[in-house]
Amino acid sequence: MRARLQAVLATTALVLAGSALAQDSTMDEIAKYREMLADGNPAELFELKGEALWKKARGPKNASLEQCDMGLGPGKLDGAYAQLPRYFPDTRKVMDVESRLVHCMVSLQGFKEEDVTRQWFSRPGKESDIEALVTYIGAKSNGMKIDVPARHPEEARMAKVGEYIFYRRSGPQDFSCSICHGQNDKRIRLQDLGNLTTQAGAGVAMSTWPSYRVSQGAVWTMQRRLIDCMRQARWPEPKYLSDSVIALQVYLQKTASGTVMQTPGIKR
Amino acid sequence: MADPMKIRASAKDGITEVKVLMSHEMETGQRKDSSGNLVPAHFITELSAEHNGKQVLAAQFGTAVSKNPYLAFKFKGGAKGDKLAVSWVDNKGDKRTDEVAIN
Amino acid sequence: MNMQRREALKAGGGLGLFGLLAAAGLITPSQARAEWNKSAFDAKTIEETLKALGATGAQNSTDIQITAPDIAENGAVVPVGVVSALAGVEAIALLIEKNPNPLAASFMLPAGTEASVQTRVKMGQTSDVIAVVKVGGKFIMTKKEIKVTLGGCGG
Repeated sequence: MRARLQAVLATTALVLAGSALAQDSTMDEIAKYREMLADGNPAELFELKGEALWKKARGPKNASLEQCDMGLGPGKLDGAYAQLPRYFPDTRKVMDVESRLVHCMVSLQGFKEEDVTRQWFSRPGKESDIEALVTYIGAKSNGMKIDVPARHPEEARMAKVGEYIFYRRSGPQDFSCSICHGQNDKRIRLQDLGNLTTQAGAGVAMSTWPSYRVSQGAVWTMQRRLIDCMRQARWPEPKYLSDSVIALQVYLQKTASGTVMQTPGIKR
Repeated sequence: MADPMKIRASAKDGITEVKVLMSHEMETGQRKDSSGNLVPAHFITELSAEHNGKQVLAAQFGTAVSKNPYLAFKFKGGAKGDKLAVSWVDNKGDKRTDEVAIN
Repeated sequence: MNMQRREALKAGGGLGLFGLLAAAGLITPSQARAEWNKSAFDAKTIEETLKALGATGAQNSTDIQITAPDIAENGAVVPVGVVSALAGVEAIALLIEKNPNPLAASFMLPAGTEASVQTRVKMGQTSDVIAVVKVGGKFIMTKKEIKVTLGGCGG
């Protein structure tokens, strides 16, 4: 009896060891897949396109975006993305890269907001200027540290609102961001879920966007990432550029501050 | 008009390594649009790479090559400053040529 | 290299892209004027594809390596490379057994180009990926299974 039990236990241990091995080799192969994709990221094509769009005189005012102030002064893009969202005195609002970009397209180029945001993300056959421009602006912060201390009272308030949204359970599934992203070592199928309440977890998440999503063949901006997270959590989807999405970004960027940007990223 | 390619070509130890990203939908002809109509196939069919005017690679693609195609290859020779040009044509007759200096 | 191809290559400058491609080793003489190897790309099975490439009876070989992950996180973009240490490789074709049309891409390598190409392909499901290589006028091949998974949120 005892011997049989030991045999069963030994077999169980073997099976467990086997599945742990299989798990490890799966993760190794996934890492290899990601590594092979990283060398030659199609986001670079969007970066090129974004640069051309940034410098081209367009819109009713026939102006380029080269005088657009992303927070470091007109036309100063190096490191700007890594310090967004931030408070802008001219609009008296905390703005993220996308709301600020749209502001510039409206104020400098004379576009109507509804026109420039209609295709805020691409669909097959319908390209998005915003995706390309955000990829270009993001790449200008590659290698720089995320730095969103949220010291201005308005920024601090938005960080609080973002934190509140992160933990708030809502929707038909009574779901919150924190259910998936508030603990270590969680997974959905093969994807690791970062713990966004830690600097390391938020750092991995925030430093690699904008990111080329191979499943869509498009670059996703942070607005698209967050709005789609809410859709997946079965929440009502927020409007593009809404304060709730910007607030979440302030909270996450603040948590991630100090992490070096590696953008554009590439993901499955 | 087609968007520009991104070409990297670097020479080291007598070998030039070329990496190309092309901007293209690569529609398979099997996908349906939101109204349920089949989206016609639209894909790069042929590609040619030339080093200082001499062909170093010719390729034919089918619809199974991924959207925004990537291609890497190596050839003997090539020096910094030499010209490396890549051209493609697709099944609708669109085409694109881009050129870089090898570094 | 047959005479026809040598002549075509010699006249390369005046042939343009299509002419040069028609001179590629993967195209049989009867198709030498074809712009793109339609019958090979339209083939629905490995056998039909090999036949259209003139590669029927290609022998398995350990002299070719397929560089690819065992598992792809998304079938829309699967990185695949083909490498061989053999000298004088003239052409490489990449086939995905379970795709509706197995042939994904073919490459013609002029003398001096290394037998090392890498691209990214779509895979409808887990499948063998087959590399067919033409060397010294003969065809050899190898295969590797790549599993395709569909993931969750994706970061």
